[in-house]
Amino acid sequence: MNTVLLEARNIGKRFGGVQAHGAGKTTLFNVFTGLYPRDSGEVWFGGAPLGLESPHAVAAAGIARTFQNIRLFGNMTALENVMVGRHVRTRAGVFGAILRSRAERAEEAAIRRRGDELLHYVGIADRANDLARHLSYGDQRRLEIARALATDPKLLALDEPAAGMNATETAALRSLIEGLRKDGLTVLLIEHDVKLVMGLCDRVAVLDYGEKIAEDVPEAVRANPKVIEAYLGTGTA
Amino acid sequence: MDILLQQIINGLTTGSVYAVVALGYTMVYGVIQLINFAHGEVVMIGAMVAFSVITSLAGSGLPPLVIVMAAVVAAIPSCMLMGYLLEHVAYRPLRHAPRLAPLITAIGMSIILQHLALLLWGRNPLAFPQIIDNRVFGIGGAAISSVQIAIILLSLTMMAGLSWFVYRTRFGIAIRATAENVHVAGLMGVNADRVIAATFVIGAGLGAVAGVMYGSYYGIAHYTMGFSLGLKAFSAAVLGGIGNIAGAMLGGILLGLVEALGTGYVGELTDLCHWPIASGMLAGHCADGGNFVLFGSNYQDVFAFLMLILVLVFRPSGLLGERVSERA
Repeated sequence: MNTVLLEARNIGKRFGGVQAHGAGKTTLFNVFTGLYPRDSGEVWFGGAPLGLESPHAVAAAGIARTFQNIRLFGNMTALENVMVGRHVRTRAGVFGAILRSRAERAEEAAIRRRGDELLHYVGIADRANDLARHLSYGDQRRLEIARALATDPKLLALDEPAAGMNATETAALRSLIEGLRKDGLTVLLIEHDVKLVMGLCDRVAVLDYGEKIAEDVPEAVRANPKVIEAYLGTGTA
Repeated sequence: MDILLQQIINGLTTGSVYAVVALGYTMVYGVIQLINFAHGEVVMIGAMVAFSVITSLAGSGLPPLVIVMAAVVAAIPSCMLMGYLLEHVAYRPLRHAPRLAPLITAIGMSIILQHLALLLWGRNPLAFPQIIDNRVFGIGGAAISSVQIAIILLSLTMMAGLSWFVYRTRFGIAIRATAENVHVAGLMGVNADRVIAATFVIGAGLGAVAGVMYGSYYGIAHYTMGFSLGLKAFSAAVLGGIGNIAGAMLGGILLGLVEALGTGYVGELTDLCHWPIASGMLAGHCADGGNFVLFGSNYQDVFAFLMLILVLVFRPSGLLGERVSERA
């Protein structure tokens, strides 16, 4: 992967990356969430370099993500999945859990409440006690977003959230993302559904073979000749 | 005497010890897919530490129950520390190595711990001083001792406690999340290193109590005792479905029962004098109620491993095991 510079300036913006398949969107995601090692370079977040030595440090810094191929904890309930996400913002220890101090119990109750709120927020509160793997595909995507939100992220990175969704589900997803933005969250959307990206995002970057070829407001990107070439071919064939 | 009931009682006793030890194997496997072959030795160290505490306090005039409690209280942190060091020194540096490497290290650690115990406690079997008056109660033609009752109750309590911890607390949720997918759990803010260390420490703490129970049940501790106990507990974990906590409990109890019943009946069933075909040929042996037993109760250890083989052939994922694909 070559140099990619993405800048999301303001809180409450949606930043979209769109590109043809297989050119590095998900790789980029995996690098800056610490899943893949970097060969060189740095990831800066919130004005400081991001330590990528462990995934939980990335979460603590305020980045949360979802996955293109859903990766929920299938054998845990929806509520438990969201509760995992609260881990980074609370101090859960083995001995605290065993000794059950009053503070510990209060914190656990607060986590449960917050979990319920988040399930409500994404609209699957009625499935709280069902195992994640028993949820429908659309609900699983919602649950992944709720779980990511539980970490109190500053930046929510969605990896192809509309993949495999039908038109109704995509519309519901779109209004969910719009709601997130209204609540002041920065969303990084990786998606090859151009219509969704252009309609939702304030700024769009286009990657081609691991290289950023354009970054601008949606209208300008749409008109960019390099983007048209990457998407439609040169037309000389 | 009712052999069936008696062997069920005996089987429940050893089975609950197996179950508690099996939990240590299965929790670690569930989280990092490592078979911690040194776990049996951790259990042995627990028995050894308890032995030292009990012998040094035996003449002190303290009430016996206090002495046993002191032994348990000394064994638990010793084993927990050992579990922590094992993970830190032997397995953590190999976290991303091919899976064979930590397996070899596990076997190496197991040998090191055995020989450490050999240096500290000597090569002779150590007899636990009988400080507690072991009362025997009769139920329905069988006998159950107070030590057996204590072992069964204590094991059930520990299993219930662990289930509550894993399924009802936040840290337990983090453990299960890590077991399902360590990377995703990390991205959700779970510190995988802490969770992994905690599973080793918890497993070792349970193992310490199991070591004390095993030592006081058989009245003996030896530096090699962790080997066969560990292997049987591992078989129990595989029987129940390795990685599955409820499976380890079920597998341990089942294995104890099979072993006890097998041991109880194998002599009778393989007594050729009961077989019409053979008894004629063996008239000399069988006359006057004599017998000709092919396999006696010294074949006790066969049953655990026979069971392991059968499970591996017919149901490799174990009784409660998950499909392997979920581990990808």
